[in-house]
Amino acid sequence: MKNEALTSRLNGIKDLFSLSGFLAVKEVWRNRTRFLMVSLVIALITLLVLFIAALGEGLGNGNREYLSKLDGQLIAYQEKSDFLIQSSRLERGRLASIRRVDGVREAGMLGTANANLILPGAEEPLKIALLGVEPGHTGEPPAVEGRQLSTDLANEVVIDRNTAVRSGLTVGDTATIRVTQGTRDEFYDLTVVGISDGRQYALQPAVFAPFFTWDRVRPKSEAEVSGASVVGNVILIELENVKEIEAASQRILAQVNNIELATINQAIQALPGYSAQQSTLNTQGAFTLFIGVLVIGGFFQIQILQKVPQIGVLKAIGTENKIVAVSSVIQIILVTTVGVLIGGLLAFIFSLTFPPTVPIVFNGTTTLIAVAALLLIGPIGGLVSIRYAVKIEPLKALGLST
Amino acid sequence: MSAAEKKYALQTEGVMKVYESDFGAIHAVDGVSLRVEPGEFVALVGPSGSGKTTMLSILAALLQPSSGRILLDGQDLGEMNDSERVALRREKIGFTFQANNLVPYLNAVENVELMLRLNKRLDKAGRLRARELLARLGLGERLYNLPGQMSGGQQQRVAIARALIHNPSLVLADEPTASLDTERAYQVVETFAGLIHEQNRAGIMVTHDLRMCEYVDRVLLMRDGKLTKIYRTKKEIRQLARSGREE
Repeated sequence: MKNEALTSRLNGIKDLFSLSGFLAVKEVWRNRTRFLMVSLVIALITLLVLFIAALGEGLGNGNREYLSKLDGQLIAYQEKSDFLIQSSRLERGRLASIRRVDGVREAGMLGTANANLILPGAEEPLKIALLGVEPGHTGEPPAVEGRQLSTDLANEVVIDRNTAVRSGLTVGDTATIRVTQGTRDEFYDLTVVGISDGRQYALQPAVFAPFFTWDRVRPKSEAEVSGASVVGNVILIELENVKEIEAASQRILAQVNNIELATINQAIQALPGYSAQQSTLNTQGAFTLFIGVLVIGGFFQIQILQKVPQIGVLKAIGTENKIVAVSSVIQIILVTTVGVLIGGLLAFIFSLTFPPTVPIVFNGTTTLIAVAALLLIGPIGGLVSIRYAVKIEPLKALGLST
Repeated sequence: MSAAEKKYALQTEGVMKVYESDFGAIHAVDGVSLRVEPGEFVALVGPSGSGKTTMLSILAALLQPSSGRILLDGQDLGEMNDSERVALRREKIGFTFQANNLVPYLNAVENVELMLRLNKRLDKAGRLRARELLARLGLGERLYNLPGQMSGGQQQRVAIARALIHNPSLVLADEPTASLDTERAYQVVETFAGLIHEQNRAGIMVTHDLRMCEYVDRVLLMRDGKLTKIYRTKKEIRQLARSGREE
């Protein structure tokens, strides 16, 4: 008995979608130019939304790429540095104290600086983030080509994929770095021993030098040139048990003076301009989607207004409201899907033409969220028109009412 | 249901439709009782504002009467809820309207087949019948034309085919010739009448054009919401049609 009721219900749903689908597809196909125009508008909105999402991802990625790929879980800053890496100064002596804390597996210094990479034959040098890391310790990126850094004093660097693409350097080449130390421009030749995956830092391609080499070649003030102490910015900490991050943080703070700790995510959010940049782009994306809702809503509302007599005839001859509603929904989904597909394809084609300097990254998750949002705006935008269609009175629509 | 009720495809008793206005109650339909047998084609005529369109809307289950009883195939419309009335229109009634008759994005044969689709009766035989009916109406060459590619007369003939394809008990036509020239109008009504008689359906046509009464079996004259006169004999009807031609 239950099965019969279920079968009858399923058949009812099948009939509903079959008839609604027939009406929807016929109307779209026989008015394909009109519907295609709307799909193209949706395609442009899709293109805009996808590029804003990709720009957000690209800019965000350019800022956080190195930190987000770190093998550590905590970052130790100088106290009261507001989690700003460039404001923090930590002597290398602190490293040993942190390594001794129970629950810390590994730790490594990170020194950051800006430098110029001299490109043979190029008029302008490539601006890079020169990062000092400890070979074999937390913070050193794995080389996907060549080898890792050998010792803290070695005259060598590992470059990230972005530096390799933009500079043309490969393993075995010499990277010439120009920095200002005191009042003089100094040039340092370092051998490229490895290439890591993309590890941009502060929107710049990254070059990783052994920590002491970094300290030797980094830009320095006059006072620093003659100074003896080795100072980095922060200490990157890898824990033995990631789940005990709270307890480990407490132990580190108790045992090491004058530092503050941040998780990787907190450190990323604290990057200069990161949050403001992301929220601006997210707002732009949301507004574009909102405009999409209005455009689709407007189009389908006008279309329904034009179709009042036709819907009146359909209802008068015995078409149920649910068929009219489902038919409209199918049309909206069709038009939106075609628009999103065209927009997605255009975005993909355009993305192939962008140089690596443009920070546009089509990340799978971000793109999928954007596409899902775009597919949703159709039905949301069309809700008002569907409600209107359902409420059409056949008598009035046919001009038969008194 | 009595044997007498069974005999009629449509039967109304004291149907009234009253609208309240600032000037008091308006009796758009005032106590109309009529009976139509299967195979009978009836014209409902009268001047503008006589209540014929309101009466047609009530018979079409599109408008609830204020009082009175309507039986279609013995089923009381007053006892039906909204969805039952929608189902009744789909299964038991065929419609042609004055204009905007057809679904503009469906071709002629799809428009006719739509009634079978709505009734879940579209099969091979149904498809064949739709084509045959259109061919009989002289539209064999226009099966795949969209309404916009056909003349007004051709569109009305497609609407007639759609009104009859699902074997309804009652066929209602609201001013089917309003947008046609005289020659086309005669052709359409003649065809309509022929099919109603042949298929043994009850047909009611609302028209203000008395000339079109030439092909009907009975003419009901409405005035101020009331049925004021019934023309039953061929002679009376012919005279009425002639008076329409002379106007």
